[in-house]
Amino acid sequence: MAMLHTVNKSPFERNALESCISLAKAGSSILLTEDGVVGAMQGTAHSKKIEDAMANISFYVLGPDLKARGLSESNVVNGVKVVDYSGFVDLAADHDSVQSWL
Amino acid sequence: MEDGDQVIKKFMYMNRKAPYGTIYALESLEVVLIAAAFDQDVSLVFADDGVYQLMKGQNTDDIGMKNFSPTYSALGDYDIKKIYIEKESLEERGLTLEDLQELKYEDEDDDWAEKDSIHLVSRAELADVIDQQDVVFSF
Repeated sequence: MAMLHTVNKSPFERNALESCISLAKAGSSILLTEDGVVGAMQGTAHSKKIEDAMANISFYVLGPDLKARGLSESNVVNGVKVVDYSGFVDLAADHDSVQSWL
Repeated sequence: MEDGDQVIKKFMYMNRKAPYGTIYALESLEVVLIAAAFDQDVSLVFADDGVYQLMKGQNTDDIGMKNFSPTYSALGDYDIKKIYIEKESLEERGLTLEDLQELKYEDEDDDWAEKDSIHLVSRAELADVIDQQDVVFSF
C-alpha cells in the first residue's frame, strides 16, 4: 500500500522528516511543504538524509513554498521533484492514504 | 546607561524560525518596529532557521500570504543598525551572505555615509553579544 507522507516542519527545527524517513516503507512518497521545504535543499547539514533515502522513497517539494522563501528550484537535492498545488492533489489521489507529520 | 533622565537599555530580538510556516518572523518584525519608537539600544539576531527570513528573492504570490521581507530594508531608517547573523547557521544550510538581503543604514556621525548593518558573527561571538544584553526577546 503506497502512502503519501507530508512534512511541513524544517529538519533543523524538528525531527519530523527524520522520523518520517525512518518509518516510511519502500515505495512510498514524501512531500515537503511549508517550512519543510528547506529539507529539500542540497548542500545543507540534512541533505544526506534525503539523498540516502531516495533509493526507496520518492521525494517531492511544493514549488510555491520554495518560491515564497526565496529558495531556488534548481538548488533542491537531485531527484527531488518540484510540484505545484495541482501536483499535490494528484499525489494525494494517486496514493492509497496520506499521513501528515507535524 | 543614562541619557539625561532616560534609561537606555540594550534590547535584543532573537529570530530563530523560517518565515511563513509560523507567525513568529512577522510578529518579531512588528514588535521591533514598534520598539524602535522608544529610542532604545536595539539589536537583531538571525540564527538557526531565522537566517531564512532574510533570503533574497522571496515571492509569496502563490501562497496567499504577505511578503514582508522588503520591510527589513527599512530597519536602518528606524535607527536599527545592529543586525547579527550567525555564521554557523548559514553554513549548516549551505548559504552565504550573498544569499541574503543587504541591509544598510546612514551614519549621521559620518556625513550620512551608507554602512552595512549586518555583522556576520560566529556562535562564540554571538554568545558574547547576547551576554551583554539587558533584555532578550525570543521569536
